[in-house]
Amino acid sequence: MELNQLTIHELHELITKREVSSTQIVQSVFKRIETVEKDIHSYVTLMKERAFAAAADADKRIREGDITPMTGIPVALKDVLCTKGIRTTCGSRILHNYIPPYDATVVEKLKAAGAVFTGKVNMDEFAMGSSTETSCFGITRNPWDLKRIPGGSSGGSAAAVAADECIASLGSDTGGSIRQPAALCGVVGMKPTYGRVSRFGLVAFASSLDQIGPFTKDVEDCAIMMNVIAGYDSRDSTSVPLDVPDYTAFLSRGIDGWTVGIPREYFIEGIDPEVMEAMKSTIAVIEGLGAKCVEISLPHTGYCLAVYYIIAPAEASSNLARYDGVKYGFRAGDGRDLLEMYKKTRSAGFGAEVKRRIMIGTYALSSGYYDAYYKKASQVRGLIKGDFEKAFTQCDVILTPTSPTPAFTIGEKMDDPLQMYLSDIFTISANLAGIPGISVPCGFTRRGLPIGAQFLAGHFEEGKLIQMASAYEKNANLEKRRPNL
Amino acid sequence: MEYEPIIGLEVHAQLLTKSKIFCGCSTQFGVEPNSHTCPVCMGMPGVLPVLNKKVVEYTMKMALATHCRINEVCNFARKNYFYPDLPKGYQISQYASPLAEHGYVDIELNGGRKKIGITRIHMEEDAGKLLHDEHTPSSYVDMNRTGVPLIEIVSEPDMRSAEEATAYLKRLHEILVYLEICDGNMEEGSFRCDANVSIRLKGETAFGTRTELKNMNSFRNVQRALEYEIRRQEYLLASGGEVVQETKLWDDAQGATYSMRGKEEAHDYRYFPDPDLVPVVIDGRWIEEVRETLPELPLEKRERFIQEYQIPPYDAGVLTSSRVLADYFEEVAKLSGKPKAASNWIMGEILRFLNEEKRDITSCPILPQSLSELIQLIEDGTISGKMAKDIFEDMYTTGKGPQQIIEEKGLVQITDEEILKKAIEEVLAANPVQAEQYRGGKEKIFGYFVGQVMKVTRGKANPALVNDLLKKMLAGS
Repeated sequence: MELNQLTIHELHELITKREVSSTQIVQSVFKRIETVEKDIHSYVTLMKERAFAAAADADKRIREGDITPMTGIPVALKDVLCTKGIRTTCGSRILHNYIPPYDATVVEKLKAAGAVFTGKVNMDEFAMGSSTETSCFGITRNPWDLKRIPGGSSGGSAAAVAADECIASLGSDTGGSIRQPAALCGVVGMKPTYGRVSRFGLVAFASSLDQIGPFTKDVEDCAIMMNVIAGYDSRDSTSVPLDVPDYTAFLSRGIDGWTVGIPREYFIEGIDPEVMEAMKSTIAVIEGLGAKCVEISLPHTGYCLAVYYIIAPAEASSNLARYDGVKYGFRAGDGRDLLEMYKKTRSAGFGAEVKRRIMIGTYALSSGYYDAYYKKASQVRGLIKGDFEKAFTQCDVILTPTSPTPAFTIGEKMDDPLQMYLSDIFTISANLAGIPGISVPCGFTRRGLPIGAQFLAGHFEEGKLIQMASAYEKNANLEKRRPNL
Repeated sequence: MEYEPIIGLEVHAQLLTKSKIFCGCSTQFGVEPNSHTCPVCMGMPGVLPVLNKKVVEYTMKMALATHCRINEVCNFARKNYFYPDLPKGYQISQYASPLAEHGYVDIELNGGRKKIGITRIHMEEDAGKLLHDEHTPSSYVDMNRTGVPLIEIVSEPDMRSAEEATAYLKRLHEILVYLEICDGNMEEGSFRCDANVSIRLKGETAFGTRTELKNMNSFRNVQRALEYEIRRQEYLLASGGEVVQETKLWDDAQGATYSMRGKEEAHDYRYFPDPDLVPVVIDGRWIEEVRETLPELPLEKRERFIQEYQIPPYDAGVLTSSRVLADYFEEVAKLSGKPKAASNWIMGEILRFLNEEKRDITSCPILPQSLSELIQLIEDGTISGKMAKDIFEDMYTTGKGPQQIIEEKGLVQITDEEILKKAIEEVLAANPVQAEQYRGGKEKIFGYFVGQVMKVTRGKANPALVNDLLKKMLAGS
């Protein structure tokens, strides 16, 4: 085994025993990047020099005995997280040259914990998409099948972890953008409760839905990353001042006596039969661990996609208004007057999907339409949240497939936005309700594509998700596979 | 046909908080462009607003001072529009649920009082400032002002004349300055006003089509612009035309209003609740805490002055036009025990001297203690009124107390009868002809003798005593 193939906790153990240095780990990661990056294209910006400098720093701290579980661990950051002095593009031409003057809170926290950043990873433009095909820097490929997409929008974050081009990564999830690519790339991905992780420095897509979360190789690593990034931040008014538990304490508690809700609205036609099969095996494993699986109902599930595609574009249309060519980023230079400068800049600076959503959102907020669209959608969002609140009086966690299908082929859904939107059908509800969700690998299709299982829990119950996912992971006896690159 | 104007005002007041509404940057003016900025007020990607609690408190003060109902929960909304001085492409404001609603202020006009309703008061952030280069086709943005807190005070359409509108505006101004939450500087734009104006036939109940007036940066301009616009609308209707709904700019130099944009070009601001901010919850206890910090307001103070100091309403009005001036008066009135004299001196000499130098009471070189001493010196007859005026001038220019000036210049009034008699004798001896004329019945000439005595005594003679003695001595005693 190469160092870059190990998990955070495995590497931490080696570091603590002084058997390996951070510099060695970083070397191993960059060697891997040099080998496979031409096929995968996870990264938009590599931070090699800084990474080695940070590794040297980490090694110094390690020698001094100043070690956290993240010290010296190479982490990749989705290019939607602001990094001081390092280009942050959101995969968009309009920010292709933008260098933030500050670090996002999560970046600060990881830095303080001694993590080493390997670079900024690819994503759908402004996190709008489910395939990482809309980045102005080109597509990212699925390490398990290079003809397929890695999922999105955090496709770079998922692919980099799956291909061992980093040890862990951060992504953002507005409608499934962490969980869906995690499922499609066979890694663990968690979207925390809205308000659990500070959004300060996360370039906004839809502010009431966005959350930052980790991609890791196993559930234990997920707990370790959550321990670092979770917590109140006075710079984010929507972050919640609640104590953060030690998530690693949930790892080996088991789920004996738990009730797992299986929402009937999520087991519908159109789910890939192999995904359905994997779900059945997952249920069997869970029941074998002493948990009871019960059918539950989330009656407003059918409205999720519609509500999401009003609220998210509405917020996005406002959040993306600041990219006007005046202050930073791309500006089309040949406008005759202000209005023309705006029009040319935004026409050329944004890609097709982003423009589509800006237009949908602008329309939904327009005077005369606001009540019928945005206001109605907000009301229905309340009902969806209510569904979950009621469900969690009946069960500890909810189990669903993460995605209705495994990874689809590149280009397959690019001309059909509705088909593309449907790939987030099981993940969107958690963002609308603000609840946490985790995707864990639960098997492979016959073609060797990973399948993910999603667990959902009540607000601020990330601990329960880790307890559930960890129990499942330890007992599922899944075949240990690596992508053949 | 007689028309009646309907006027409603929207007032924006910059709050005097030390830091901006959603970040920690200073609100100080007159510094290097873009020196008081940070990623948050510059609207950099990824930043989030955090509400300054002081802004809420200042707004609550204004709400309480104008009898508004403070909402238990209020929200921020985004007002979306593109302009280079608006870095986020939206202004954070309040829309569906403002901080306060349903208030009023009283205005006084021609001796009568009228309530002007306040629809709402809400918090919002100011935009930046564009600077245009005269020599190149370039514009620059200064974002020092971006995020400076504003409150918008929207009135009911309760005003029926330009005078009423101006009186209302002055009342709001006075309250804001009294509360020390706004410096009230109209020229620099920390107190700005837009007006909605329509007219209708007297007796009608429905409103006519309104126009919105902008760019009036003084009370005088507000009055002139409204008068102009009312006349323009009257002329239009009277000549069979129609008022078009539009936004108009007041041109001070031309004394006219010009169309800025029509109804079709009106913005659709696409307001929606700002998802980056949580609702502001204001409980009764917080309201009471803020209420306790409210100072005595101008109208209450005015009434108390009339009662307590027995001064005319006009005097009380002038003296309470600012909190510092009112405090100054009260101190002099109390120290001297002569409120009316205090009022006369302040309204006459002090304000005249200050106005000539365009200063205000805060920089008055005469301390209340000194002025009250001067008043007492007149009262006890140590100096005459005329001497007092000269001493006042010295006090004003040197900042010295009246006693010191009197001593330095030997200005004490002569009340010694022997000295005065001697002086009168001298005068009578020098003017035998006139003395004869007086005794012969030409009593008008009496004043001449008083003047002569004053001249001999260099104005220091006690005038009452001189009168007395002069009469007796001329009568031949």
